[in-house]
Amino acid sequence: MSAPDYLVHGSEDTVGVVVVESVKANAVLTGLDMSTGQTLHMDALADIPLGHKIALKDLAVGDTVVKYGHDIGKVVAAAKAGDHVHVHNIKTKRW
Amino acid sequence: MTALADREFFGYRRENGRVGIRSHVAILPLDDLSNAACEKVANNIDGCLALPHHYGRLQFGADLDLHFRTLIGTGKNPNVAACIVIGIEPSWTQRVVEGIAATGKPVAGFAIERNGEIKTVAQACHKAQEYVQWASEKQRESCKISDLWVSTKCGESDTTSGLASCPTVGNMIDKIDPLGAMTCFGETSELTGAEEVCATRAATPEIGEKFLKTWQAYMDEVIEPHKTSDLSDSQPTKGNIAGGLTTIEEKAFGNLQKIGKKTSFIDVLEPAEEPGQGAGLYFMDTSSAAAECVTLQAAAGFVVHLFPTGQGNIIGNPIEPVIKLTANPRTAREMPEHMDLDCSGILRGEMTLDEAGDALIDITIRTCNGRLTAAESLKHREFVMTKLYRSA
Repeated sequence: MSAPDYLVHGSEDTVGVVVVESVKANAVLTGLDMSTGQTLHMDALADIPLGHKIALKDLAVGDTVVKYGHDIGKVVAAAKAGDHVHVHNIKTKRW
Repeated sequence: MTALADREFFGYRRENGRVGIRSHVAILPLDDLSNAACEKVANNIDGCLALPHHYGRLQFGADLDLHFRTLIGTGKNPNVAACIVIGIEPSWTQRVVEGIAATGKPVAGFAIERNGEIKTVAQACHKAQEYVQWASEKQRESCKISDLWVSTKCGESDTTSGLASCPTVGNMIDKIDPLGAMTCFGETSELTGAEEVCATRAATPEIGEKFLKTWQAYMDEVIEPHKTSDLSDSQPTKGNIAGGLTTIEEKAFGNLQKIGKKTSFIDVLEPAEEPGQGAGLYFMDTSSAAAECVTLQAAAGFVVHLFPTGQGNIIGNPIEPVIKLTANPRTAREMPEHMDLDCSGILRGEMTLDEAGDALIDITIRTCNGRLTAAESLKHREFVMTKLYRSA
């Protein structure tokens, strides 16, 4: 495959990371699950900067966000699969 | 290709058997008042390195102990060939001199009270000249990976740190740990969210418990009493957030990638404490601020530092060379003068983690042989003491 647009740490993760610099809304993205080598696909619903996260499934308020196979926080504003996921819709559970 | 166990580097073997990769004559102030004298000596005598800092007066208890441990450890570090200590008064100055002298390296102390700064500087300059001429004749000799003490800490992390640059450090640690290297990670507060997983990486349940107790103490004594609303602008930092990190938990799991997949840590160290359980990976209780953490690791005796960065933290240390690596292609492109290794190829599928780990070993050995790091060439010498509380 060509260089991936986003990477996913593990198969249980509900978010991936955009690793290219110009993801625009409606772009059809190619992803890579680094734990399995599986190729993935997702339609971007928003512009997503390099390094920022993309939702891999619909996320409802109160859901736990999973990355590295672990809990990295909670959803505070709903996001659809393909949405930009960041400080506007996820918050820490720690402080 | 030479097997890693047989790879050699050329370092300076010191009187106590430890190996340094630089050969500084350090001019070390006991206290803030003595910075000016130390800088005067370093200005007069070529090859000296002044280490100015902000503290050393009216400290007490554990905070004073840490001050002494940091100063003595800095002087003891094998990257320091010889050391001159200058303090405002002779008693505490002598305490630091005696601590450093335990290594067998040349060290002398000078006190300013009853003498004045100008005479003190003149006397210290004579000794400094003697030391630099002596140190300049020291030769590098062949050393093994098992002679190497390597510390790591990441900074201005972003999601590329957890994807690639921190795992690259982890890959190297997994490769050098079985060869008897001494390694160290820290950043107590920044493991929050991943602390339970980190504890499972301890060699025994007892060491895991010791880690969790240390982490809990940081929460109870530092974070909880001082936090205002939440730490969302400090942990993660503004730079972390710009780079796509959202929560401390996410940052912590990225951070933890630095210890690799296989290596277990064999003890938990106090800040600036020298490891005492033989070769292996150690956790040190440190702040997550880069200069504070690296200064403590250098004071514990580590001679070369691996620093993954996402958004481009530019830290250096005066005595412990800091090797910078990034997997963020934009940072590699926009800040190349700060980077020693670009591993962004991992994100594009052009480089495997294993290849990146090997590349990091190569640049580390070159650095040990004398290659200046980006931070050294830019004169980054952040020497920052950790202070536990206000002075008396």
